[in-house]
Amino acid sequence: MEITIKIFRYDPEKDTRGHYETYVVEGDTNDRVLDVLELVKGKTDGSLAFRRSCAHGICGSDAMRINGRNHLACKTLVRDVGTNITVEPVLGLKVQKDLIVDMGPFFDNYKMMLPYLINENPPPADGKERLQSPEQRARFDETTKCILCAACTTSCPSYWANGDYYGPAAIVTAHRFIFDSRDEGASQRLHILSETDGTARCHTAYNCTEACPRDIKITKAIGEVKMAMVTGKLD
Amino acid sequence: MAKVHQFDVVVIGGGGAGLMAGLYASKSAKTAVISKMYPTRSHTGAAQGGISAALGNYEEDKPEWHMYDTVKGSDYLGDQDAIEFMCNEAIDAVLELEHMGLPFDRTPEGRISQRPFGGHTNNETGKPVRRAAHAADRTGHMILQTLYQQCLKNKVNFFDEYQVLDFIMVNGKAAGVVAVELSTGELHTIHAKAVIFATGGYGRIFEVTSNAYAYTGDGPAILFRHGIPLEDMEFFQFHPTGIYKLGILITEGARGEGAVLINGNGERFMPKYAPTVKDLASRDIVSRAIYTEIKEGRGIGGKNFVYLDIRPETVNKFAAMDGRTNPDGSPLLITGDTVLQKIPDIVDFCRVYLGVDPVTQLMPTQPTAHYAMGGIPTNKFGEVVIDDKNTVFPGLFAAGECACVSVHGANRLGTNSLLDIVVFGKHAGLRAAEYAKTAEFEKLPEDAESASRAEFDALRKGSGKENVYDLSNEMKQVMFADVGIYRNEKDMQTALEKVRELKVRFKDVTVSDTGKIFNTELLNAWEFGNLLDVAEVIALSALNRKESRGGHSREDFPDRDDKNWLKHSLVWNRNGKLEIGYKPVVITKHQPKARVY
Repeated sequence: MEITIKIFRYDPEKDTRGHYETYVVEGDTNDRVLDVLELVKGKTDGSLAFRRSCAHGICGSDAMRINGRNHLACKTLVRDVGTNITVEPVLGLKVQKDLIVDMGPFFDNYKMMLPYLINENPPPADGKERLQSPEQRARFDETTKCILCAACTTSCPSYWANGDYYGPAAIVTAHRFIFDSRDEGASQRLHILSETDGTARCHTAYNCTEACPRDIKITKAIGEVKMAMVTGKLD
Repeated sequence: MAKVHQFDVVVIGGGGAGLMAGLYASKSAKTAVISKMYPTRSHTGAAQGGISAALGNYEEDKPEWHMYDTVKGSDYLGDQDAIEFMCNEAIDAVLELEHMGLPFDRTPEGRISQRPFGGHTNNETGKPVRRAAHAADRTGHMILQTLYQQCLKNKVNFFDEYQVLDFIMVNGKAAGVVAVELSTGELHTIHAKAVIFATGGYGRIFEVTSNAYAYTGDGPAILFRHGIPLEDMEFFQFHPTGIYKLGILITEGARGEGAVLINGNGERFMPKYAPTVKDLASRDIVSRAIYTEIKEGRGIGGKNFVYLDIRPETVNKFAAMDGRTNPDGSPLLITGDTVLQKIPDIVDFCRVYLGVDPVTQLMPTQPTAHYAMGGIPTNKFGEVVIDDKNTVFPGLFAAGECACVSVHGANRLGTNSLLDIVVFGKHAGLRAAEYAKTAEFEKLPEDAESASRAEFDALRKGSGKENVYDLSNEMKQVMFADVGIYRNEKDMQTALEKVRELKVRFKDVTVSDTGKIFNTELLNAWEFGNLLDVAEVIALSALNRKESRGGHSREDFPDRDDKNWLKHSLVWNRNGKLEIGYKPVVITKHQPKARVY
């Protein structure tokens, strides 16, 4: 079948501003949007730039706007979005070339969350694992799924309005550690998130939850972090 | 001119092996990790089912059994000293990951949960044993995240989105690497005393693969061009259960949880091929069984795929017949919720890519090119060894899928890849830092980047008669069809000639993008050159080995031949001419015997 794909193009070495190019390719209803992009790049215009790697929704490289909403190109099939497709870079991060945006600020926010287990006590004397019940483990299971693709953060109107906001992905990371029974850094992270650019900037628009390709209930997770801030409790 | 940076140790690759190497090297040496992607994008993150260690958290298990299973899985080609080392280190390695914060699933007692996997057995009963420590079906994702987080905590230096282009050697020693910064196109020279390659695999030479686009064999290809040999390249693992046509992996953990393979007649066929462990035989055996079913007309609707069935009613029926039990001894009985809880990502993949719900429907699967057993020869400390006497190349290290220690021999056991990256990544990092303590920096050559610049120039100046996308498809098709699960002289000769023809035609490609910023067209073309170099070595090694062993199955030589072929293959590039040699297999505790599951 014929697929028409309109792609945002911007080459900083040639263009003063972005524009759109439209390509028509032969494809299949089960093709991933990523396959269509590969076909355009391979057969029509090699200069088209986008990131990709695993091609099945695990590495988080290819978040982009497809028909106006954030998706992973490798996890979105032609049958889901139709044969008239518009592809643009995610919003809120500087476009470096075509569909590639500067992920630096995104990872900087991630790093602000102290994204590692904080527990200064030595591991058990027998050298074995720290014990954790299946229930304690389940408490933060949801947020361990995050692949740092930035689909959530770059769909958030608060983040668009103010790039200093840490954004939903960073809070998801904080949540993953705050509710881990082995971690002792909750108060530090909650303190960071209680500042101006933390959870206060979340206005529960739910865009993040809808954008998440891993189906993480992000707004709920942010709500739990807000609640922990108020109650000081971590259950 | 290129920017020059200086580090004691430079690690190439930000996956599990590279991060572990970076973490350990940086404890005592000035270390940098360069990666062509953000490290969290690395393909370690796609590993699903688990990491093996004889923790014995549910039932009796021992490192000795893990060792024997690995040796047997390798079809006796694995080096037993290295395998023993890895299996002994496994328990501490997994516990260390837990201490670092890895969110393993838990037993009711709060310990790390473990599941059965192909080829993991109780050596006394021959029955499957729960050895694979797991975090749902995203164990690799959690390892990658945890190691990256530990690197951040320990302030490891990262060069994100830098593509390595060349290895600098001076006076027969490592002196650094050349890399290009993707966002600017600038060349950088990283001057180092020790260089650790951890660039992952090269499954992108095959048409149907579970591997990421990034898996283009950069490390092996670069070193091969510099005269470093590649070992056992004929051994490539085809995982039995890839999603039909797409090759996306469905973890062996699905069968660990009770799923079975079903042919076009609706029969469970694995008991014919592996009477004791059935669907949990090792991967080479299950892949060949599927292929045989298909070849004999028992694919689904006569096509080239079979079904994987994890519907609770099927699982429970066969679990009862097999006498499978839960850890507490009660009969294994699963529900739809069990499936959702144990393999959530698989359920998601099936829904997204196939429109199939595994709880109520069958999953169409076919073998998919999955893992390179061969690679850059190393010893168990990650030091690259360059001949049959295991002579160490000073300052050069490799770890992970790009390396060949060899712990996987002719066929890797499921979950041993994650163990491999953690154990040998760590030791490569430690040994490289130790080496850097006493070594001096070699003086860099005048223009270290000239070779890289010439390679890029050549790609820009081709006639344009050929197109990388088309050449790449031709390579993938011929390698999958003719150097795939079953092989023979005639087909492999065809493949080798085809790859050589493609290498010639590759000179006629031209890169249309003349820019510097994120010139992915140029980089992809350069990566394709690496795949071609690696494909040639694979085809040549496979053609040369006249026996069947593990992942290398020849129709014209169907049996294992220990008398003539119980040895590792080595292939060198001597100024463009390929030369084949061998080195002995290290056998300590387990003499080769027939391999029955």
